[in-house]
Amino acid sequence: MEGIYLAIVLAPLIAAITVGLFGNQVGRAGAHWITILGVGISFALSLFVLKGIVFDGVPVFNETIYRWATVGDLSMEIGFLIDHLTALMIAVVTFVSLTVHIYTIGYMHDDDGYQRFFSYISLFTFAMLMLVMSNNFLQLFFGWEAVGVVSYLLIGFWFKRETAIFANMKAFLVNRVGDFGFLLGIATILMFTGSLDYYQVFALAGNLSEETIQIFPGTEWSVLSLACICLFVGAMGKSAQMPLHVWLPDSMEGPTPISALIHAATMVTAGIFMVARMSPLFEYSQTALSVVLVIGATTAIFTGLLGIVQQDIKRVVAYSTLSQLGYMTVALGASAYAASIFHLMTHAFFKALLFLAAGSVIIALHHEQDIRKMGGLKKYMPITYWTALIGTLALVGFPGFSGFFSKDALIEVVHLSTTPGAHYAYWCVLLGVFVTALYSFRMFFIVFHGEERIDPHAKKTLKESPAVITVPLIMLAVPSVLIGWFTIGPVLFGEFFNDSIFVLQDPGVVAQLGQEFHGPLTFIAHAATSSVTLYMVLAGALTAWFLYLKRPDLPGRFRERFALFYKVLDNKYYFDWFNEIVISKNIRLLASLFWRIGDEVLIDGIVVNGTAQTIRLFSRLIRTLQSGYLYHYAFAMIIGLAVILGWLVFSY
Amino acid sequence: MANIPTLSILIWFPIAAGILILALGSTEKGVRLGKIVALVASTATFILSLQLYSGFDIDTSNMQFIERFQWITHFNAYYHVGLDGISLPLVLLTTFLTPLVVIAGWEVIELRPSQYFAAFLFLEGMMIGVFSSLDGLLFYVFWEAMLIPMFIIIGVWGGERRIYATVKFFLYTFLGSVFMLVALIYMYLQAGTYEITSFHELPLNMREQTLIFFALLLAFAVKVPMWPVHTWLPDAHVEAPTGGSVMLAAVLLKMGGYGFVRFSLPITPDASQYFAGLMISLSLIAIIYISFVALAQQDMKKLIAYSSIAHMGFVTLGFFVVFVIAENAMGGEGARLALQGGMVQMISHGLISGALFLCVGVMYDRLHSRQIDAYGGLANTMPKFAALMVFFALANAGLPGTSGFVGEFLVILGSFQASIWLAFLAATILILGAAYTLWLVKRVVFGEVGNEGVASLQDIGPREYFMLVVLAIAVLFLGVWPAPLMDLMEQTLGHLLEHVSQSKL
Repeated sequence: MEGIYLAIVLAPLIAAITVGLFGNQVGRAGAHWITILGVGISFALSLFVLKGIVFDGVPVFNETIYRWATVGDLSMEIGFLIDHLTALMIAVVTFVSLTVHIYTIGYMHDDDGYQRFFSYISLFTFAMLMLVMSNNFLQLFFGWEAVGVVSYLLIGFWFKRETAIFANMKAFLVNRVGDFGFLLGIATILMFTGSLDYYQVFALAGNLSEETIQIFPGTEWSVLSLACICLFVGAMGKSAQMPLHVWLPDSMEGPTPISALIHAATMVTAGIFMVARMSPLFEYSQTALSVVLVIGATTAIFTGLLGIVQQDIKRVVAYSTLSQLGYMTVALGASAYAASIFHLMTHAFFKALLFLAAGSVIIALHHEQDIRKMGGLKKYMPITYWTALIGTLALVGFPGFSGFFSKDALIEVVHLSTTPGAHYAYWCVLLGVFVTALYSFRMFFIVFHGEERIDPHAKKTLKESPAVITVPLIMLAVPSVLIGWFTIGPVLFGEFFNDSIFVLQDPGVVAQLGQEFHGPLTFIAHAATSSVTLYMVLAGALTAWFLYLKRPDLPGRFRERFALFYKVLDNKYYFDWFNEIVISKNIRLLASLFWRIGDEVLIDGIVVNGTAQTIRLFSRLIRTLQSGYLYHYAFAMIIGLAVILGWLVFSY
Repeated sequence: MANIPTLSILIWFPIAAGILILALGSTEKGVRLGKIVALVASTATFILSLQLYSGFDIDTSNMQFIERFQWITHFNAYYHVGLDGISLPLVLLTTFLTPLVVIAGWEVIELRPSQYFAAFLFLEGMMIGVFSSLDGLLFYVFWEAMLIPMFIIIGVWGGERRIYATVKFFLYTFLGSVFMLVALIYMYLQAGTYEITSFHELPLNMREQTLIFFALLLAFAVKVPMWPVHTWLPDAHVEAPTGGSVMLAAVLLKMGGYGFVRFSLPITPDASQYFAGLMISLSLIAIIYISFVALAQQDMKKLIAYSSIAHMGFVTLGFFVVFVIAENAMGGEGARLALQGGMVQMISHGLISGALFLCVGVMYDRLHSRQIDAYGGLANTMPKFAALMVFFALANAGLPGTSGFVGEFLVILGSFQASIWLAFLAATILILGAAYTLWLVKRVVFGEVGNEGVASLQDIGPREYFMLVVLAIAVLFLGVWPAPLMDLMEQTLGHLLEHVSQSKL
């Protein structure tokens, strides 16, 4: 099996290297065929692995591939851990990656950096697979940063745009703030367990929960809480949780295919995956779970609100991603890891679909992203329209669609949760449903229905996108509708994650909910009759219909009426302002202060050159003594003699 | 192999080749021949040094490839050379980089090219001498002698303010070295020999240790360089020709780090323990304060020079945090992590900073400016170069999978075992290092074509491509698989750690 796992990660890597180094030789067609082949192999093998684990009962694989380094008794290794969680993740990652590869053929058709783009997305696939297949913290950190770097390269793919290269630097630095915490978390774990291997660390988690560490003199902190919160800071960076979410909307400067692949379906969910993977640690720290829960809930509702005022089609979807990541994080905090991963999976499909549909619109309108210049696209782009509708229905959680199953279950388990803060979180995620429906349908109606506000120039050539774009849309629309039906039973409520996710409470919140689960149909019926969620969805959709189709004059009036509220939303709660004016500017000020005052004036000016000056001054003084006149020297000798004689005489 | 004095050949062969180049003269033919001699000799030296790698026994902490002859009978000084796990990697780093520096100067140096190449070969021989000397006096001779070629390299082929820079460089380093000489003589008088290993065993009381510690510290801290004796480095780098900057950053600075592990730690373990707090503070200042200073730079070479100081802060942090870990009695694992991390950081920094200076050299050769705002949008006209430059920048920012990650990672893991706050402060390099490096990349490599100069640029040719790619492979290799490097040091560092944990009092 080891060969198969190696092939899964290496196929995209080899494709990326080949296309990256020999882009000119292989040509455009060569570039996409080679990378699609690489990812295709990975996808096929991932399905094979998934099948083996789910149906054939292949045991968990946890082996070392090679020894990275040894320090004393500590062996740091690169290795794979293949269990149900990993198997599911690699299948999702490679599938979305494959559709994005195909889609890219159409989307990047006229771009000069065609080969480079394919090389990057294949490299990304490799890094993401290394991350999810890791069996140790070292490799996890490698994958963690490697996906960050490819994200950096891809956000700045159009490197001539000032906004793009600002956004990619911002993304990398904000992620580094997260990684900073992540690294300290890893250091904590190493110090108290002496190992970087998942299973060895997990085995010690129970003992670890009793250890304490002094961070400030006199206060004892639980080691496990410290480690988990530090690790979660990493997740906050990668999975864009408040206040480290600021990079994700800006990352939309990158080409749309990577917004779908990296900034919606896969990389941003790495934090969610990581916390789920670390469930044996998080479970022993109520404090950490509470932090996770509250931050997730806050992100879910507040970033969702921002989605309502955005005018850029991709940014609406980006804020929606932030909000949905908040949902997943809430579930983690509620110890409902399975629910979180389940939502991660359905979200990967429908959010990638929404992004690619947005991209289809953008490309059809010649790179127009402002929704105010769209409208009535339904009749021009039927396939995009219908797939986008599917994506939207899945996102808002309309019964029967994949997002419905995952989101409804998620909200229910938060309701059942007893983690401190769960009450707040429940209200956040519930209100979030209304907000989600509102911004999703707002965008949907403005883009596809209503008045046509399309640029007349663009309208002449407006037509449905080619097959390389619509086929991936359909490929993603299918699971967006269906995946929930097949998987909610076995994956969420079954024993799917028993080998990878650990829940301390018995039965956990997911299992409690599972006791009432009698098939997807009754689940829908239950939601329709006894839960408020569905009404929230309908209310949101109706509000959007009323405001943006029925009475399009109203939003403007609201904006004037609630100017302050609107201003806060429009300025994204002033996070960017704070980071740029307060933090970034002061850091630069401090930097030049240190340089100009510390180095140039104090050290070089006073100490170094000052010493030289002093010596010069002193030597000038001495020089006047060396006059060269004999009588000066004779006089000095006589004085000297007198002094010595005097001393001799008086001392006896 | 036993009868062939490989190590001596490594020291003297480059020097002999340098003399040959000078003898070939400055005629056109002589210069052409001289260049070839330089390339062949430095390449041959590298290949020969690989013999040392393959012949090195990693299962012992003893000195290997030993050669020992009576040298100055009157002072009981010996020509005594040998290698262990600390010095071998540094020797390999030197022999690896010298051919690249020769290649880097191949078509570029127009003023007195023969002398230029000869100076680098002299430098190479002397550097190997420094790292392999086991006799204190011999070490001192190489240590000082190596200043001469470097002085000439900056003073002759340097930029406009080269005289200021060379004098500053010389005075700074010479000031430190004089105190080291005093310490060496004192130890000779105590031990009756200049053998470094007998210095290690020399019983010294706390007062003696303190004085020796500070005498050595002055010499080594200037070389590393540590804050606040670092200001010679940016000036020297700015004025030095590309090759000079590469050797300065990649190899010369390592003499300081080498001095700490070869002399300070084993000779004055109690003083090192006592002053560990001071050393750690200075290292952290180097990491944080200097990173801020780097952020403010407008000159690319200065920026990389400051980045060097910050990264070398990890070396000294790793070496001295060892004592704090022992104090807290949390086992030897953390101490090993930190010590190994410091060593790996030296090698890695050599490769990455060397590569970055080569990158600046490539740009300088074309537009004759080191100012960041003289560039912009290089990726448009020099895509190959841009890719490599971004790669090295990311390596400098400590990206996992490159060698830049390994040392920092280990030192941070180790420091954590001393105190969470140490690790916290050290780990700020993750953010600060990325900030100044990526901001540099943003302004130089990305963006619209900045000006007409950039618009007219030619991408790198095969010569430049080769030297950068070779370095990139090395950086990547050590990042993906550092075990071959770390296994070399394992035994020696373990032994060292055992030695320093025993008090001499």
